[in-house]
This record gives sequence, structure tokens and C-alpha cells, in this order.
Amino acid sequence: MTLLEIADLRVAFPGPTGPVNAVNGVSLEVEAGRTLAILGESGSGKSVTAQAVMGILDAPPARIDGAVRLRGRELLTLPRKQRDRISGEEIAMVFQDAMAALNPVYTVGHQIMEVLRVRRGMSKADARRRAVELVDRVRIPAAKDRIRDYPHQFSGGMRQRIMIALAISLEPDLLIADEPTTALDVTVQAQVMELLAEIQRDSGMGLMLITHDLGVVAEVADDVAVMYAGRIVERGTVGQIFDGPAHPYTEGLLASMPRVDRRDDVLYAIPGAPPNPAQLPTGCPFHLRCPRATDECRVTLPPLAALPAGRESACHHYEEVLGARR
Amino acid sequence: MPGDDVVLRVENLVKHFPLKGRIPFTSGGVVKAVDGVSFDLRRGETLGVVGESGCGKSTLARMLVGLEQPTSGAVRFGTSIVHQARGRDLRALRRRIQIVLQDPYTSLNPRRTIREILLQPFEIHPEVLDRGRRLDRVRELLELVGLDPHLHLDRYPHQFSGGQRQRIGIARALALQPDVIVCDEPVSALDVSVQAQVVNLLERLQDELGVAYVFIAHDLSVVRHISDRVAVMYLGKLVETGPEASLYDTPRHPYTRALLSAVPVPEPAVRGERQRILLPGDPPSPVDPPSGCRFRTRCWQATETCATTEPPLAAGAHPVACHYPLAA
Ligand SMILES: Nc1ncnc2c1ncn2[C@@H]1O[C@H](COP(=O)(O)OP(=O)(O)OP(=O)(O)O)[C@@H](O)[C@H]1O
Ligand SMILES: Nc1ncnc2c1ncn2[C@@H]1O[C@H](COP(=O)(O)OP(=O)(O)O)[C@@H](O)[C@H]1O
Ligand code: SF4
Ligand code: SF4
Ligand SMILES: [Mg+2]
Ligand SMILES: [Mg+2]
Repeated sequence: MTLLEIADLRVAFPGPTGPVNAVNGVSLEVEAGRTLAILGESGSGKSVTAQAVMGILDAPPARIDGAVRLRGRELLTLPRKQRDRISGEEIAMVFQDAMAALNPVYTVGHQIMEVLRVRRGMSKADARRRAVELVDRVRIPAAKDRIRDYPHQFSGGMRQRIMIALAISLEPDLLIADEPTTALDVTVQAQVMELLAEIQRDSGMGLMLITHDLGVVAEVADDVAVMYAGRIVERGTVGQIFDGPAHPYTEGLLASMPRVDRRDDVLYAIPGAPPNPAQLPTGCPFHLRCPRATDECRVTLPPLAALPAGRESACHHYEEVLGARR
Repeated sequence: MPGDDVVLRVENLVKHFPLKGRIPFTSGGVVKAVDGVSFDLRRGETLGVVGESGCGKSTLARMLVGLEQPTSGAVRFGTSIVHQARGRDLRALRRRIQIVLQDPYTSLNPRRTIREILLQPFEIHPEVLDRGRRLDRVRELLELVGLDPHLHLDRYPHQFSGGQRQRIGIARALALQPDVIVCDEPVSALDVSVQAQVVNLLERLQDELGVAYVFIAHDLSVVRHISDRVAVMYLGKLVETGPEASLYDTPRHPYTRALLSAVPVPEPAVRGERQRILLPGDPPSPVDPPSGCRFRTRCWQATETCATTEPPLAAGAHPVACHYPLAA
């Protein structure tokens, strides 16, 4: 079942030399019980997309167009109050930087209990019991005692878990995780990703996982949307994307990644750098870096087109790309 | 004096930072950032150094290039000792051991053009090249790192992308034809699609110029790709070193095995097939490291002996500091 549907989402910010087009027509779906990874490098518009879904972008100054539907219900036009209720109870979010998301002057127990009391009307004792359960759920040892500690008394990995505990406290249908493990060490990243995947499986919620790490995508995603310059350039299941990408950008990313489990002699390097969203090139936004670019690519923007087997690619020459791997 | 092919010899290097106590003028103990590290770097090779945040990688890097005074131990380059050299010797050392840092945004002076930034090493070491030949050399350096001297010479750092700035940092490190470049997280701040450009550049320059690298990173995949040998660090100590293939394919220290198993592999087909060792908790504080083996608080093999006796880094081609090394 489609839980979240984003249709032609556009977000622009006013900039010194005209609008900064951070998101340029993103369409995607998150299915209940599945994990959609949004893969893209820094500045590609991943976080702005998430913030638009969560309703935490200030507009104005941001200009937001398009549609964001949760179980068919349009969110962008909802009155503030209803919107705030949904983003909290039905959609929750975890961020890269837990320190910024947690309040430093309250104990973590207080913060979780407060949410439960205000949103669920729980008694203090019930809220405390539930807070301990939640902190225990994210595998923090001695949860009963630790809920009396302040955020700075936890390590980075533990704070990330506390934020996950807070996010799942109201049993949301959709969890958005924006680079939840990027700031963590690899051994701690593995613990936190494992926990997120397990909670997703047990609760059946939909997970929208934002990351720039191809390895993380390969390990946890069901579906993948690849973003470049504010657009989705390719969509498919994780198997489809990794076995045979249908877009030159994805193809280049896969070829440029060294692996820990074997040694590759040569790495492909995508030339150039990602474009500035205040000055996007004409035609295909990837054409200046694309080895397959033709004249058509320099003038005509390729739409995200449906391919066989339910996948999509925004490339004039996707057939060539698909053929290359065969 | 180190053997013929050894360009840098590191002997029992230690750096303890005094901790400021909460009460003024009291001592709060020390941070044992680097606590007895030894290795040889051979001419023209790449030694990768991996480890989690705070294990002492940057402190080690800064000591190798003489930016930080060790508490004890030595870094030998030829007949000189990096931290004891004075005068001519010191100048020669500064020239021949260079560093490239993680952050291309802060490691270049924003008010200087690329021309000025790349001429500066020759002003500090005028004996290397006649004044009249320097600009030609700067142009060559830019070409060497894949930038265009006609276009780029008179621009300022902010007019470049992160990857280009890292190239400029590398050109600057190469200017005086060093024997060793210490690279501290040189690609960590770069976009995924740009990292491979810089990795390939470093490899090409090594082939062409024969420079040796100490390549420090927390990304184990990048380190595997670029390194000939790899050293694994945990809480200020090396726990295992070995040739790239043998260390990655048959890790012998429990920490190395856990670290490697935690790295996600970009291949959905192997999902769930790789055996993953999830370590409990976080690395302990370097202020008060565990007795005996420092890894014992997270190790699934730890015994009484591990708590009392520190395992030395044994000698050999693939040494490991563990009382019960894993079977190869
Ligand atoms: N000038 C200093 N004074 C006091 N402590 C320091 C100083 N520099 C580093 N440390 C401490 O020494 C330890 C090692 O730090 P270092 O920067 O070498 O780690 P690292 O391995 O480079 O970590 P990262 O992966 O985060 O870059 C840390 O505990 C750090 O807080
Ligand atoms: N509040 C804002 N005001 C102006 N520009 C913004 C704002 N937030 C993000 N941007 C710009 O929008 C683009 C996309 O940003 P973001 O979604 O954060 O990228 P990422 O994919 O790294 O998460 C970037 O160029 C960023 O600088
Ligand atoms: S449309 Fe053209 S430039 Fe864009 S990705 Fe496809 S081949 Fe490359
Ligand atoms: S010495 Fe003991 S605690 Fe240390 S790594 Fe080996 S088995 Fe584990
Ligand atoms: Mg972001
Ligand atoms: Mg460091």
C-alpha cells in the first residue's frame, strides 16, 4: 500500500542572484513496511525534500509547490495545526546530528515523557514506564537509570538511539531518517543501522532513509531513488539499481566506489563536480559530467520515464546504459 | 639508521596531552592520544592507517611531519630525527616530509591566489629552485594535478570546488619534491563522486614520482584500494599491521575483524551472507584506557590474561597484538 506519495515537489529559496532551486520536481512513493533509500551527494536536495514532507521548512522564504500525500491525504495545504499533529504522530524524523534535535537542558527521560503526556495524554507514571521501555528498546543498558541523564552524558551513537526512541515513541507510520549514521564510526554505524532496520521490520512502518552511502543502501533498502541536482534521476528496486543501473550517474557512482571485500585495480572517476543549484545547466543537469552526453542532452531535459519492470530513468540514452552491463 | 628502502622509521612514538583539571591549577590526568606506535614506511609505498574517531590518527600524522612534539619516541628520516633536527637538517626535513589535510576549505589561505599559494614553498626554501624558474614549475604542478594553469593560476581558493581545492593542496605538498606525504583524511570531506578523482590522482603521482604516502582515513574501502600495507589503530596503539590483501582477507585481530565486518558492501546480493560482528558499546576514553589489552572491554574473546597483560605487537610480516589471534 502506498503510504507516502510525493508528486512533482519543487522547493526554491531566494538567493542573492535569483532563486536557489533545491528541489526540481521530485516524485516518489514510500510503501508501508518497506524502506526507500534516497541516494544522492551533498546538495542534491535530499534534506530539503525530507523537510518539505515533515513540514518544517519555513515558507516563505521557501517556495514549495507540488503535492505530498500521506495515505492519500494532501499535507501541503493542511492548516498548520493539523499539519503539526501529523508530523509528530504519523510521520517522525531522525537527523544526522542528534545533539541539535534533543534539548540539552532536559533529561532524555523528560523529553520522551513530555511527548507521551502531551500527545497521548498519559499519566506521569505510565509515561515513565513507556520511556524506559523505549530506551531499553534501542538497547541502551540500564535504561531505568539512564533516562535521568542529559543528552551530553551519552556518546554519539547512544544519542542517535535516544533520538530514534523519541521518534518511535508515538508509533509513526512513516519514519524519515536523514543521514542517521553519517557522523558515526563504522562499528557504531552498524549497530544503529541494524537497530533501525529491526524496528522497521517489527513495526511495519515505512522508512525513508536518506544517505550518500551506497553500501548502506545495498544493505538495508528495498527501493531506491537516486537524486541529482534536485531531481530523481533513477528509481527501482535495490536489486535493479545495483545489478544494472539505468542512468549514467548511478553507473558512474557504482564504478567509482572502492570495496572493502575485494581490491579493484582502477576506479572510475566521474569528472567535474555537482552543479550549483543556483545555476543549473541547460538540458540534462548531468550532461557536463556524462560520458554518454549527446547534443540532445545539452538542450533537452530528459523526463523521468517509465522503463520495463516498474523502474524509471531520466536519461535520453537509458537503453544504452542498460545494455552496457549486459 | 633505517635500512635502504625505509624512508621513515617510527619508533615507539607517544603523545600524552595533559588534561586541564576542573579545579584551576590541578592536574586532571592525561589523554593518551598516541601510546607507543612503531612502523617503517618504505620508499614509494603507501601505508594506510585506519581506526575510529579519536584513536589518535591525526595526532600521529602531526608528529610525523614535526607539527607536534612527541612525549617520547622518535621519527627517523635517513640519519636525522624529526624532532631533534635543527638548522639545515630541519629545513631539509620540512621539505621532504609534507602533509595534506582533510579540509580543503580551511587548509588554503583564502586571501591568496593559487599562484601565490604555490610559490610560497619556494620562498620558504629558495635553494630548491632559481627564482626565474619557479613560475614554470608552478604551472607544471597545476598540470600535474589536473588543473589548467591558464584558467586557474590567478583565482582564489573560494572559486574552486572541494575536489579542486584538494588538488591544489596536493600540488602544494608536491612542490618541493618530497619523499613522503602524510595524507590525513584527504578525501573524507569530498563528495562521493569526487573522491575517486583525488584517489586516482594520488595513485598516478606515486607512479610518476615515487613518493611514499601515509594515508590516514576512517573509510576502510578507500584505504584498501590505495594501500600496499595497512596499520589498524585502536585507542592510541597499533593492533595489527600487514600487507593489504592479507590484512583484509584474513584479519587476525578481533578488532580488525569486527571493523571490516561492519563496513557495508555495495552489493545487495551478498546482504545477510557476510558474517557481521556487532561490537558492544563505543571505544573507551583515551584518558583512562582499560588495563592489559585496550580492546578487552569490547572483545568477545577476552580472558583474565587480557585484563592483566598487555599483548605486544609481535614481529613479522603481519604482526598482531592479541593473546589469542584469530586463525588465518
Ligand atoms: N591538543 C590536544 N589536547 C588534548 N587532547 C587532544 C589534543 N589533540 C587531540 N587530543 C585527543 O587525543 C585523542 C586522539 O585525537 P586525534 O585527533 O588524533 O584522533 P583521530 O584518530 O584523528 O580522530 P578522527 O577520526 O575523529 O579525526 C582524542 O581523544 C582527542 O580528543
Ligand atoms: N534554508 C535554505 N536556504 C537556502 N538554500 C538552502 C536552504 N536549505 C538548503 N538549501 C540549498 O538547497 C540545496 C539542497 O540542499 P539539501 O537538501 O540540504 O542537500 P542534501 O542533499 O545534501 O541534503 C543546497 O544547494 C542547499 O545549499
Ligand atoms: S540524458 Fe544525456 S547527459 Fe543526461 S545522463 Fe543521459 S546520456 Fe547523460
Ligand atoms: S588480547 Fe584478549 S581482549 Fe585483546 S583482542 Fe586479543 S583476545 Fe581480545
Ligand atoms: Mg542533507
Ligand atoms: Mg583526525
